[in-house]
Amino acid sequence: MAAHAHSSAAQPAILSEVKPTPFPRATLVENNRSFGWVTDKICGIIEGKTPTWWWVCFILACFVASFTVAGITYLVATGVGVWGHANPVNWAWDIVNFVFWIGIGHAGTLISAILCLLRQKWRTSINRAAEAMTIFAVVCAGIFPVFHVGRVWFAWYLFPIPNSNEIWQNYRSPLEWDVFAVSTYGTVSVLFWYVGLIPDLAVLRDRFFKAGNKVRSFLYGIFAMGWRGSNRHWSNYEMAYLILAGVSTPLVLSVHTIVSFDFAVSLLPGWHTTIFPPYFVAGAIFSGFGMVLTLMLPLRAIYGLQDLITQYHIDCMCKIVLATGTIVGYAYGMEFFIAWYGANPNEGFAFINRAFGHYAWAYWIMISCNVITPQFFWFKKVRENTAFVWILSIFVNVGMWFERFVIIVTSLARDFLPSSWGYYSPSIVEIFTFFGTFGVFSVLFLLFIRFLPVMPMAEIKAVMPQADPHGHAPTGHGDSALAHSTKH
Amino acid sequence: MAAKPYGLIATFETTPDVYHAAEKVRDAGYKNWDCITPFPIHGLDGAMGVKRSNVPKFSLCGGLLGFTTGMSLIYWTSAVNYPLVVGGKPYFSPLYAFPVSYELTILFTAFATIGGMFFLNRLPMHYHPVLKSDKIVSGMDDKFHIVIESSDPKFNLAHTKALLEQAGGKDIQELEA
Repeated sequence: MAAHAHSSAAQPAILSEVKPTPFPRATLVENNRSFGWVTDKICGIIEGKTPTWWWVCFILACFVASFTVAGITYLVATGVGVWGHANPVNWAWDIVNFVFWIGIGHAGTLISAILCLLRQKWRTSINRAAEAMTIFAVVCAGIFPVFHVGRVWFAWYLFPIPNSNEIWQNYRSPLEWDVFAVSTYGTVSVLFWYVGLIPDLAVLRDRFFKAGNKVRSFLYGIFAMGWRGSNRHWSNYEMAYLILAGVSTPLVLSVHTIVSFDFAVSLLPGWHTTIFPPYFVAGAIFSGFGMVLTLMLPLRAIYGLQDLITQYHIDCMCKIVLATGTIVGYAYGMEFFIAWYGANPNEGFAFINRAFGHYAWAYWIMISCNVITPQFFWFKKVRENTAFVWILSIFVNVGMWFERFVIIVTSLARDFLPSSWGYYSPSIVEIFTFFGTFGVFSVLFLLFIRFLPVMPMAEIKAVMPQADPHGHAPTGHGDSALAHSTKH
Repeated sequence: MAAKPYGLIATFETTPDVYHAAEKVRDAGYKNWDCITPFPIHGLDGAMGVKRSNVPKFSLCGGLLGFTTGMSLIYWTSAVNYPLVVGGKPYFSPLYAFPVSYELTILFTAFATIGGMFFLNRLPMHYHPVLKSDKIVSGMDDKFHIVIESSDPKFNLAHTKALLEQAGGKDIQELEA
């Protein structure tokens, strides 16, 4: 007893001498750059002459985007029947593409909001471009359901605006929830993005003014709202930013949850599953990070942003792709298990049909891209090979498109009554319309990188070691970031 | 040019410099003054004696308004203005009204937060003596500034200048109003 008491009394004394090994933290801005370097680097992209590659890409993107314009014009002029939809597959590529694009957008909000709440400082150099990606992805997503309503000039019936029929929307329908979820998501994403842009637009305003370009200074100035870097302003600004991050987090989770309700609330085998909300959210983040990698790796190479998007950033993103990809893989397995365990023959058939039926090719593309591809990211060698990471990120995008295709089309094509079974193939109009949205997205993204700062300068500066007011002079050692990040 | 200056502006090279200078200006009892920084400096609010932001109050009001709007919109349209039986269910139930009200809560909170931030910051304000100064370019880039306004009761051109100098401020200039 006495020995016991002795040892427990001695233990704290020993523990107090133990100095935990400092956990090595990666530097977020490499080569010990100064604040001025960050400003010059990021503003330089906008201030420099328009590069030739930009024009080439822009013209190409406009050409691709014209396919969407052509497809939609033809649809509006003729009718929604120009798409390949027919009983029983009345939802097909349009909803596949809608869910695909919305899902892509989710990584932007995840980076800007959830990682902000989790104090993941590495988000700073990629959040602006990722948020831009979100907004442009929502634009592309919105095209499909709006034109799928058929008579698009009545699309405003989706909103509670008094109309001549004097009837209102059915708020019991998940499709109506979707209208509110997606429009709120689009609006809040734009607001969040804009708030982040204000200090950087002010930087551009003043730089263009100094350079004598009054017109651009005026235009950036209007949107900069007269920002002057006042700390009294920063105080309210930081609070507003935090709250926006706080509300965007439940928002982004709710949006894909509600998108999954479009399916889960129905009674169709293959759709009617409770796993859908978390599974859709994980899938959305998975595909979104795939797209962030697809976009950021070329951007990093072209503009020489290796000091700002470091190997550490790529590692983090690859690991998120790995984690969410594995969650998605688990969800595929669990769906099968529940289809068997639920002992519902229709449900069981729906899943066996997915893997071995007419659409088995799509199912196995999905499995290879979504379950096998991310597993490469276990290896450091792979994560360090940027070209390979980029190729894998494309596979992730392809896989997630096929996931939505598999869920939507295979379930509808083989519903309850064998007499009504069918096989869906897209029409050329649908293919054009979808192909073109990549052009729409690229046009918007190219305009973004040409005219707006691709990285939030103020936020990057705030996570640099020199930003610490408690005296970490720039010593040339990357590990001063460690002291900074552990202090707060 | 003989008019009373808007205030004095002093430049600081590093974050710790401006942080400690802010503490000195705060302790000297000034009220109408500000730090101009290119990015939010951790803890500078405390060093300046700035109180916690009031933006959350706006957010809360926005959120409550959004939720109420959603619920009352759905109640009014489904149970009052045009009652319609859907699936043999009651005209109104807060459960089916929840998703839309939830989204509107977030939408209104976001607008109220940003609106509140602009209102509290008195933005947009496209004309300001600080913006007229040449120092704003470096102030948005990599330098830090402290501005003490002449409207402050303790403002005295010589004394205030001395305080800023003693706090480590470089290149102290008068700001034209």
